[in-house]
Amino acid sequence: MCPADGGDSGGDRAPGKQPGDDAAFAALLEDSAEDLYEHAPCGYLSTLLDGTIAKINTTLLDWLGHARGDVVGRRTFSDLLTAGGRLYHETHFAPLLRMQGEVSGIALELKAADGSRLPVLVTSTVKTGGDGQPLLIRTTVFDARDRRAYETELLRARREAEREREELKRLNATLQQTLLPPALVSVPGLNVAAHYHIASADKVGGDFYDLFPLTDGTWGLFLGDVCGKGATAAAITSLARYTLRAAAVYDPDPAAVLSNLNTVLNHEYNGTDPRFCTVVFGLLTPDADRDGFRITLASGGHPPALLIRADGSADFLPTPGGQLIGVLPDAHIATTTVRLDPGDTLLLHTDGLTEAHTAQLGDGDRYGDEALLDFVRALGPTTAAHTVAAVRDLLDTFGTGVDDDTAVLAISVPRPPSEEQQ
Amino acid sequence: MTVRGRNHVTVTGRDGGPVVMLAHGFGCDQNMWRLVVPLLEQDFTVVLFDHVGAGRSDLSAWSRERYSSLEGYTEDVLEICHELALGPVTFVGHSVSAMMGVLAAARKPEAFAGLVLLAPSPCFVDDPATGYRGGFSAEDIDELLESLDANYLGWSGAMAPVIMGNPERPELGEELTNSFCRTDPDIARVFARVTFLSDNREDLAEVTVPTLVAQCSSDAIAPPEVGAFVQARIPGSRLVTLNATGHCPQLAAPEETAAAIADFARAGH
Repeated sequence: MCPADGGDSGGDRAPGKQPGDDAAFAALLEDSAEDLYEHAPCGYLSTLLDGTIAKINTTLLDWLGHARGDVVGRRTFSDLLTAGGRLYHETHFAPLLRMQGEVSGIALELKAADGSRLPVLVTSTVKTGGDGQPLLIRTTVFDARDRRAYETELLRARREAEREREELKRLNATLQQTLLPPALVSVPGLNVAAHYHIASADKVGGDFYDLFPLTDGTWGLFLGDVCGKGATAAAITSLARYTLRAAAVYDPDPAAVLSNLNTVLNHEYNGTDPRFCTVVFGLLTPDADRDGFRITLASGGHPPALLIRADGSADFLPTPGGQLIGVLPDAHIATTTVRLDPGDTLLLHTDGLTEAHTAQLGDGDRYGDEALLDFVRALGPTTAAHTVAAVRDLLDTFGTGVDDDTAVLAISVPRPPSEEQQ
Repeated sequence: MTVRGRNHVTVTGRDGGPVVMLAHGFGCDQNMWRLVVPLLEQDFTVVLFDHVGAGRSDLSAWSRERYSSLEGYTEDVLEICHELALGPVTFVGHSVSAMMGVLAAARKPEAFAGLVLLAPSPCFVDDPATGYRGGFSAEDIDELLESLDANYLGWSGAMAPVIMGNPERPELGEELTNSFCRTDPDIARVFARVTFLSDNREDLAEVTVPTLVAQCSSDAIAPPEVGAFVQARIPGSRLVTLNATGHCPQLAAPEETAAAIADFARAGH
C-alpha cells in the first residue's frame, strides 16, 4: 500500500529540503499576474489602433513621471515620443507594424514629465481577433540608456573610421606621387616614357623609377621594386631612390651604385627585420659617332630588361647572377653593356606585370616572361611611347588580375627623319 | 538604365482604364500601397514606383546633386509619365510625394488628370513670421536624423532576421527589410532633409488641375490645419477628412482611402 501524499517516502524531493520550502516556492510562483505586469522590469503598454493608450504599467509610468489618469484614454503612444522620434514612428515604425504585424528592437526616445529624455528599445505586436482583424497593439519598452550611449560611441567610431579611410587613400595617393618623378626629364636624342600602375588604393606600392642627368652629358636611370607594401615599403622606396641618386653622383659606375645601395639597406635593416629590393640601374652615355647611346646596366636580382631592335627583333638582356639588394653584406651585382642605335627601344619593368593573373590562360595562371617576350616581339620595331602605351593597355586587359603594383620605363633612340618617312 | 528600371516601375490593374499613379512618401516604398492596390485594380490602370534610393530602385542612379531637392524627384515623376505614355494620370502623392505632385502638375499640367494629396504638408517646420504652423522645429528634424542613425545601427544586419523569425535563413530577412522600409542610411538622411525642410507653400497656387486634399482625422505629422491650408491655397481644390488616424491612411484604412481615390479619379475631369 502506498501513502497517498508520499509524505513518508520522501518522494522525489531533493535531499536536505524541508517541507516548508515547497510552500515558499509555490507562493513565489503565485505572484499575481497583475503584479508581474505592473512592476515588470520593463514598460508595458497597450494602445488602440489609433494610438490611444488603453493600458500602461506602473514601471513605465514611474519612468516617465506621469499619473495614470493623465495618460490612459488621453494620450497616444506618439505623444510620449520626442518630436523627432514621432516623425520616425509615423514614417517607419507604424507602417512596418501595419505591414508585418510586429516590429522589434526599434530605438526611440520617450519624453518624461520633467522634460528629460529616456532612450528606449521598443517592440510591438498587433493583437488580432479570431477573424484576423487587428484589435490593439501591445508594446514593451526597455530602458536603453547604457546601450544607446554605447551605440552612439560605435556610430561615432564608425564615422571616424570612414573619414580616416578616405584620408588614408588620399595620403597614399600623395605619397605614391612623391616616390615617382613628377615628370620625366627630357634627354636630347632619346625618347622616354613611363607608367605606374597602382594595384590597390589602400596600400602604397613599392615600385619606383627615375631618370636624371649626371656629369659630362651622361644620364642615370633606375627602376626597382621593394619587397612588401605599405608605409615600411614606402620608407625603403624613399631611401632607395635618394641613395641611388646620391651614389650615382659619387661614383656613376652602375655596379658601384648598386653596391652602395646594398650597403645602405643592409646597414639600415640589419637584424630582425631584413628589407631588400630588386633594382636595375643604367648609365647612359651618348655615342656621338652613331647618333645613339651606350648603356651599361647593373642588376640586383631584377627581371631582365627587354631590348627591341630597329629591325623588329627583340630579346631579354640577361644579367645573370645579380643578387637581391640589401640581404647580404656583399651582394654580387651583374652588369651588361649594349649599344642603343636609332630605332632601338629598351624596356624596364617590375614583376607586377609578369606575375599578373590572366583569365585567358585559365587556372589563374601568371602572365610570365615568355608571354611578355612574345608581346614585345609583336610590337617591334617600336618606340618608347608606343611600348609603354601597349603595356598600359595590356595591364588594363588583366584588370584585377594585376595584384601588385607595376612600373615600366622605356627609352628609345629616334630614327633619323629621313628613315622615319620610309 | 531605363526609367522603368531606375524607379522599379510596376504597372498593374485594368488595361485601358483611367490611370492612377501612386507615389510613396519618406520612409518606405511602393509596398505602402499593397492594401489599396487590390481595391483599385478592377477599374484602373495602377502605376507604382519607388523613389530613387528607396525600395528596389536603382541605387546607382542616386546622386546628391539630383536628389537634394524635390526638383529631382519631380523630374523623375514626369519622366515616368512620359516613358509610360499612358496619357494624363491621376497622381496620388502621399506625404512628401504630395508636393512632388504639386510641382510636377505646375510644370506640366497636361500630364495630369488630377491630383490626390494624401496627408500632405507643404512645410513641416513652423514659420513664426507668417504664423504658419507646420508642427515641427528645425531641432525636431535633427532629432529625426538621430533616430534614423540610431535605428540603422541595429536595423541593418541583425534586426531583419529577428523580425522575419527566420534567423537560420538570413537572406529572407534581407529581402524583407530591403523591400519595405530599408534605405541606404546616407540616402535616407538626404531624403529626410528634403522631406522635412522643404517649403512649398508658394507652389500651391500654381496648381491648375483638379485637386483633392485628403487628410486624416488625427495625424501627428500633418495636423488638420495644414490640410486646410493646402486646400485654401490650391484654386478649386476640395478637402476631405478621412476617418483614418495616423499618417498612413493607405495602411490604416485602405478601403476608405481607395474609395476616396476612386471616386475622385472616376469623376473624369
